[in-house]
Amino acid sequence: MAETIKIRAKSTDDIVTVKVLVTHPMETGTRKDSRTNKLVPAHFIKEIKAEAHGKVVFHANTGAGVARNPYFAFKFKGASPGDSIKISWIDNQGNVDSREAVIK
Amino acid sequence: MSLTRRTVIKNTVVAGLAAMVGMPKLLLAAWPENAFKAKSMEEALTALLGTTESEQGDIVIKAPEIAENGAVVPVTVTSNIADTESISIIVPHNPQPLVASFDLKDSEPFVSVRIKMAKTSDIVALVKSGDQLFKTAKEVKVTIGGCGG
Repeated sequence: MAETIKIRAKSTDDIVTVKVLVTHPMETGTRKDSRTNKLVPAHFIKEIKAEAHGKVVFHANTGAGVARNPYFAFKFKGASPGDSIKISWIDNQGNVDSREAVIK
Repeated sequence: MSLTRRTVIKNTVVAGLAAMVGMPKLLLAAWPENAFKAKSMEEALTALLGTTESEQGDIVIKAPEIAENGAVVPVTVTSNIADTESISIIVPHNPQPLVASFDLKDSEPFVSVRIKMAKTSDIVALVKSGDQLFKTAKEVKVTIGGCGG
């Protein structure tokens, strides 16, 4: 799988703002394929989390109600520019991906 | 007790079952399946947070008044409640109302996400703080639904 995660992490006044864009179909399992007329199986991210200094700073349980190619933004304290942040996700079909980025 | 063939088999089966039951929980940190499969907001809340009782709270939902495309509705939730532990986003009129639940114990009480909306509905944001639950709702008009249709 190609890179699925894009991360922008910026520190301002001690607060780090992280923006994450994940490439994922986020199928609900209720949509029909227009050509085959069959249901497209559910395929969505279940969990996404962020770690900095080996500590989880953000965690989300998500369902198929999150839009395709999900975007998440969150803020946390306790990291400085130059530190790294790791984002990882797991979907309902057991696929995983993770990526690290440096906080600016 | 002598280690007969029978007891060895029994122990192996018991250990195997225990491992099978224990494993998924460890791997998936208990993804609340019942809450996400729930068909109504009340069901989802009971499964996720154990209660449906909530008070109006100082929560700000930023979302468009009218969403042209229900498949992508940007939502930003900021909580001004002290000790915000989690923010959950629910769209009551979606087939599966619970969209996402964010654990924010170690981050600021802010989250931004893009969600799907089947039709015009409220977006409900619930904030858990200690034993209390706070909620705020904002209506978004949807002109094209976002669930296949």
